[in-house]
Amino acid sequence: MYEFLTGFMFWLALGVCLIGMAVRTILYFKGLQWNLDRVAYKAYPVQGFKGAIRSIYKWILPFGTHGWRKQPFMTVMFFSFHIGAVVVPLFLLAHNLFLKEQLGFSLITINGGVADFLSWLVIITLIFIILRRLALPEVRILTNWYDYLIILISAAPFITGLLARYEVGNYSFWLLAHIISGELLLFAIPFTKLSHIFLFFASRAQLGMDYGIKRGGLKGTVMDW
Amino acid sequence: MPEGIFCNKKPIETQEELTALLGDTSGTQYYKEMKELDVDTKLLWTTIQNTCKSRIRTWLEICAHCGMCADSCFLYLVNDRDPKQVPAYKIQSTLGEIVKRKGNVDNEFMLMAMETAWAKCTCCNRCGMYCPHGIDMGIMFGYLRGLLYQQGFVPWELKIGAGMHRVYRAQMDVSEEEFVETFQWMVEENEEEYPGLTVPVDVENADIMYTVNAREVKHYPEDLAEAAILFHAAGENWTIPSKGWEQTSLAMFAGDWAACKMQVENVYAAMERLKPKRMVGTECGHAHRATVVEGPYWAGRQDGRPPVECIHYIEWLAEALREGKLKIDPERRIKVPVTLQDSCNYVRNHGLRETAREILSYIVEPGYYREMSPNREHNFCCGGGGGFNGIGLFRPQRNKGLITKRDQIIATGAELVIAPCHNCWDAIRDLEEEFEIGIKWSFLKPLVISMLELPDHMKPEE
Ligand code: HEM
Ligand code: SF4
Ligand code: SF4
Ligand code: SF4
Repeated sequence: MYEFLTGFMFWLALGVCLIGMAVRTILYFKGLQWNLDRVAYKAYPVQGFKGAIRSIYKWILPFGTHGWRKQPFMTVMFFSFHIGAVVVPLFLLAHNLFLKEQLGFSLITINGGVADFLSWLVIITLIFIILRRLALPEVRILTNWYDYLIILISAAPFITGLLARYEVGNYSFWLLAHIISGELLLFAIPFTKLSHIFLFFASRAQLGMDYGIKRGGLKGTVMDW
Repeated sequence: MPEGIFCNKKPIETQEELTALLGDTSGTQYYKEMKELDVDTKLLWTTIQNTCKSRIRTWLEICAHCGMCADSCFLYLVNDRDPKQVPAYKIQSTLGEIVKRKGNVDNEFMLMAMETAWAKCTCCNRCGMYCPHGIDMGIMFGYLRGLLYQQGFVPWELKIGAGMHRVYRAQMDVSEEEFVETFQWMVEENEEEYPGLTVPVDVENADIMYTVNAREVKHYPEDLAEAAILFHAAGENWTIPSKGWEQTSLAMFAGDWAACKMQVENVYAAMERLKPKRMVGTECGHAHRATVVEGPYWAGRQDGRPPVECIHYIEWLAEALREGKLKIDPERRIKVPVTLQDSCNYVRNHGLRETAREILSYIVEPGYYREMSPNREHNFCCGGGGGFNGIGLFRPQRNKGLITKRDQIIATGAELVIAPCHNCWDAIRDLEEEFEIGIKWSFLKPLVISMLELPDHMKPEE
């Protein structure tokens, strides 16, 4: 079971995720049409590129934009959650030992204390994100079961990972559950809203090109995000 | 009854059809027929498949439902934070549903979508600046309007407006002769006061080709005279085209893309015929958006630019003041608290955020200028954009929409609001009528003329 999950299934999940997202990202950019979108992407590659980079850069900076500054609570929750969600899976020591074993290379790693802290942060901030969803009428009206499913899929690897880490009950049970939920997350990425992990950059780049080219960029105005 | 006599899927193509539809006062019959109008679901779905590509589809899919766009929309704020006014909700429950149901929606749905697209959104594009994913609901509402127009679900005034462009290549029934004659008449009226004042018609290779808003011809002809006076005072080599002089596009508000193309190609043809160095358009926001920003794309111009360089009136005015072509008498500068309305159409959507401020630095006595908050590209819509001002059916919603601007203005303490945009100007006039907050409002042209130091060649003979 363990062999199968860490062998074949792991490669399948990773392959589906990466190839799926590569395909989706390519299709996204191929689907941008200068005449329908009314943005002359190809005519101004340099201005478009600059606009795209700025639009992404400003928004991945905590409090980097008017939008983030306007909603400090959400900003703190969002960044705390996302830093954990991105950093822990990529740089956890155990993950990298596994990677080394499988591929012969590994990434830099974070120490155990930091990993614990970030994992707890992910769970706690997700709880606040759920509470926010329930509490604010303007968010409640947008929310459906699918949003909770996405939160569940995102949270599951962290919950099971921590349970295994603290050896609550049966370690190997939680470890298997952790691997399964992690692979489920990888499978889900290209087919659900989790595709935003890649498409966020695509979508932000598009609006950045729009501003960088059409909406003032060619006039030399740098958008105040 | 599927297709009505007035309310149907066919655009207005002739003068007779226009007159008939105008005869249906306030669209009483039109809206009655709309309640029975069938939805061509097949056409709807084919259109979506052909025109709804990755940008909009991805926006609809990855929206995190986080609600961060809520506060950015003035209509959400003035409607007591009604959750149904959250931009993401408005677009998901209309365009999002249509796409999800593959076009299988009924009459009742389309009526709801029409109200949402025209009475709950002015396409000001502010929400797009506040969404972490860069989802611009204003753009999607523009797209939705196109789908609704194609199905005949469009407010009466805008069906007429788009028809006007199709028949007259102008937003109102103003013919080419009428335009030229009105301009000439207004110039003659002012000749005595400003010797040498003329309006050069169809002159080739001029430095400036001037285009206007048909309303000026019909209702505010003094605006034409003011433009002539300022060009003359600045010593500009300018002209007007007898054909292709209308810069606005109600077709854009209606979502009638074919009419948008016809309209803008008419103006571009004038540029190609007269070969001016530049085109200058009047003090209008959506006219600039239509002819300069969006127009090139409707006309299929791959470089996204009109045939010659086109600038907004404020760009010309700022330049003329900066270069000393126009001279201001410092004694007569504005000496009351004054504020500026940033028009979404050329500030947020074309980057002209400092231009009007430069003009004000020349014409306002230091210490009297007050910024609205927020301002520049973050400014709120005046409340009447995207056609909202002109739709009788949605007048109560529009009036409510004015409250944001009213409160922004009150907070500045200004007595005068400068609005270099016809739509904003109208909205601010209406908000004064509705709420009587004791302000005055103005375009830039009359203000500048009132403090102009006339060059010698223009001084009236003794
Ligand atoms: C570099 C990678 C990523 C970027 C740029 C990114 C960006 C975003 C953005 C812009 C939002 C919407 C804004 C908001 O909710 O306030 C969002 C929401 C969300 N993201 Fe990510 N994300 C990334 C990676 C991830 C990963 C790895 C996960 C899961 C493990 C994840 C799970 C979520 C969830 C669950 C939400 C919805 C939160 C809610 O319910 O409000 N994201 N992300
Ligand atoms: S801010 Fe963007 S992602 Fe969030 S609900 Fe609004 S449109 Fe959706
Ligand atoms: S475009 Fe403007 S009016 Fe429309 S939803 Fe967005 S913020 Fe509101
Ligand atoms: S009328 Fe003026 S403020 Fe309102 S949407 Fe148009 S440009 Fe913006």
